[in-house]
Amino acid sequence: MAKWLTFLGLVFGLCVSQTWAKEAAPAADDPVLESRMLHITAELRCLVCQNQTIADSHADLAVDLRRQVREMLQQGQTDQQVVDYMTARYGDFILYRPPFKAITALLWVGPGAMVLCGLGALVLILRRRNQLPDDRFEVDEAEPDEPAKGQPADRV
Amino acid sequence: MKSLRFLIPLGIFLTLVVFLGVGLHRDPREVPSPLIGKPAPAFALTRLDDPAQTVRRDDMLGKVWMLNVWASWCVACREEQPLMVEFARQKLLPIYGLDYKDERPAAMKWLSSFGNPYDVSLFDQEGRVGIDFGVYGVPETFIIDRQGVIRFKQIGPVTPDVIRDTIEPLVRQLNG
Repeated sequence: MAKWLTFLGLVFGLCVSQTWAKEAAPAADDPVLESRMLHITAELRCLVCQNQTIADSHADLAVDLRRQVREMLQQGQTDQQVVDYMTARYGDFILYRPPFKAITALLWVGPGAMVLCGLGALVLILRRRNQLPDDRFEVDEAEPDEPAKGQPADRV
Repeated sequence: MKSLRFLIPLGIFLTLVVFLGVGLHRDPREVPSPLIGKPAPAFALTRLDDPAQTVRRDDMLGKVWMLNVWASWCVACREEQPLMVEFARQKLLPIYGLDYKDERPAAMKWLSSFGNPYDVSLFDQEGRVGIDFGVYGVPETFIIDRQGVIRFKQIGPVTPDVIRDTIEPLVRQLNG
């Protein structure tokens, strides 16, 4: 009896999990369109949970926006048209890769400019040190046997 | 001059502190809306209290009006509601509600328990008009001028300060 119950329980469990699997499937009537939709929404920020993309997020708004993108693609709109639609409503902030504009110039150029500044400063300092007379450097006292720096061997 | 060079790292440090300090005090949820200064998106929605009546954007042309996005599931809207009711008593401008992604019975019940400052509430069940208005953090509040151009947007609940310092002067100026 107990065995039968276990068996029935397992069969029931299988049925249930299959139903769930069906429900969880994406609206993949058209896999190509679905993958285009995911490709676009992976570049868009979910404004409710800002560190997630619209493709990843479970927020209501993200679900709605995925539906919106899907519908726009079904109507034959291009990827660019979809992105323009989104930025017209939510601004450049929705783009994970903001466009290069006067207002975002610092964002794009800043890191490179800082690296260049650092390298420039390093080169300047090294060159200046190179031109310093030798007596500005401390004598290396760790190895007294060797002739100290700045005192050519032939003078000793 | 040379003796002051030791101050350079301190200067860099202070600059960083200022940048980080400003960054800490800005609310990342307040995203500047690209819709300000642009015409309000077209819509045609039924009234919450009467599914037979439709309100369109162009019905509102010629009036300075407020659109307040709310929903019965929105907790922050409850906080905002007493302030909106009080503001509505001034009758400074028509206040329209946009009931966002909601159900009619729940919304009607919510209005009767938390107060109804709206001349009319529009019913946006699927949230499509909300998307057109770039709504992402209910409650949101828009001020729209006579030409149908969005002049102001508040994301999140309005506060007494925002009403006094921004909304009231703006409405007077637009009506003036």
